[in-house]
Amino acid sequence: MTPLAKLLEAALFASARPIPTDELAALDAESSKAAIAAALDEVREHYDVDGHGVELVEIGGGWQILTRAEYTEAIERAQLASRPARLSAAALETLALIAYRQPLGRAEIEEIRGVSVGSVLKSLHERGLIDVVGRGEGMGRPLLYGTTPIFLEYFALRHLEELPRSDELAVALRAEPRPL
Amino acid sequence: MAQMTADGLVFGYSNDASSPPPSFIVELTEFSGPLDLLLTLIREEQVDIYDIPIARVAEQFLARIRTMPLNDAADYLEMAARLLRIKAQMLLPRGDGGEAWDDPRAELVRRLLEYQQMREVVDVLERAGEERRSRFARAYIPLAAAPPEAPLALSLSELLAAVDRILRTTKDPALHDVIARSVDVPGAITLIRTLLALRARAMWTDIVARDAEPWQILSTLLGLLEMAKLGECKVQQPRPFANVEITSDAASEAA
Repeated sequence: MTPLAKLLEAALFASARPIPTDELAALDAESSKAAIAAALDEVREHYDVDGHGVELVEIGGGWQILTRAEYTEAIERAQLASRPARLSAAALETLALIAYRQPLGRAEIEEIRGVSVGSVLKSLHERGLIDVVGRGEGMGRPLLYGTTPIFLEYFALRHLEELPRSDELAVALRAEPRPL
Repeated sequence: MAQMTADGLVFGYSNDASSPPPSFIVELTEFSGPLDLLLTLIREEQVDIYDIPIARVAEQFLARIRTMPLNDAADYLEMAARLLRIKAQMLLPRGDGGEAWDDPRAELVRRLLEYQQMREVVDVLERAGEERRSRFARAYIPLAAAPPEAPLALSLSELLAAVDRILRTTKDPALHDVIARSVDVPGAITLIRTLLALRARAMWTDIVARDAEPWQILSTLLGLLEMAKLGECKVQQPRPFANVEITSDAASEAA
């Protein structure tokens, strides 16, 4: 590997969170963006081609070294690391709505889900998956929620656009039901 | 048509009329809300979402929420009321065929489709989350600086109360009376001399009784050391913790 690729690898190894591309670029002021991108490719290929137990993954506009999925069970069995708890169906539904319609208020979420979501919003906020991004118009100026970088990390998404577009979903939203 | 009972709806609860509902049910329903339940019913009944047989679906809906604990049923009751209202509206005469008829189910259909679309996103998120969960990142945790300690804010009465509490919880100190017992070295020496006069060799276990008290053992030991120093006897121990052999000096010389 080139010295720049080695430098990036060391930084990525030392970090517990994905490192944004511009922070990687700051490691070596002399290198251009293209050089950084090429070096990242080099690290990724190094892991993929030589067959390593870890891989380089792009998450939320940054890069992170993760273990490969096939070793998860063995690692967990040996109690070296444990998987985070799964999100509940209620939490996933609420997150899905916020991800698509942000900024979104509590009333709209409750209207679509048909249940009260106070406690779900609280726990999602505590876990850092959503944040208050503004206040809506209207009575009481309700809090509006949006997703956070941790949301992208949790689902290993590069960006929100990686989610299917609404017109790609099998059931398209229709303003009017089809004539009976 | 599938036979609709509450079986399998709530874990550990049967809809058997003979068994009264338990006072507390751990909520493990598989539905995340009234729309989820409604969609499930529509799927089970295999009816067109745009042409829902409201009367039948409303009936099924009510049958299912009857088994829910009241707290959790609140969100579902609102939907049940809505269904019944739509059912009533459907019974109204539609007027002349020429007039446009507003389907009272339209709003419900819109909400169901919206909900269904959200569920598709949930599936996408679930898969993505599961994939990420199956990979570990470095678990380096930066050391957080210890927060500065808050300055002590204490009034005199609080301090005194604290002292009082501590004094209350402290037990009276346990005092022991220790009776000094003098060590009888000359007595022990006399005993050993008498024994060695009778036989040339004696073992430690011969001169110290099995139930000897500490002061007796100590006396014997000190006496023995004193006699060895004076050259009256020889003390030998073949290895650590083995029995000690005592021989009178005269006997060893003779041997």
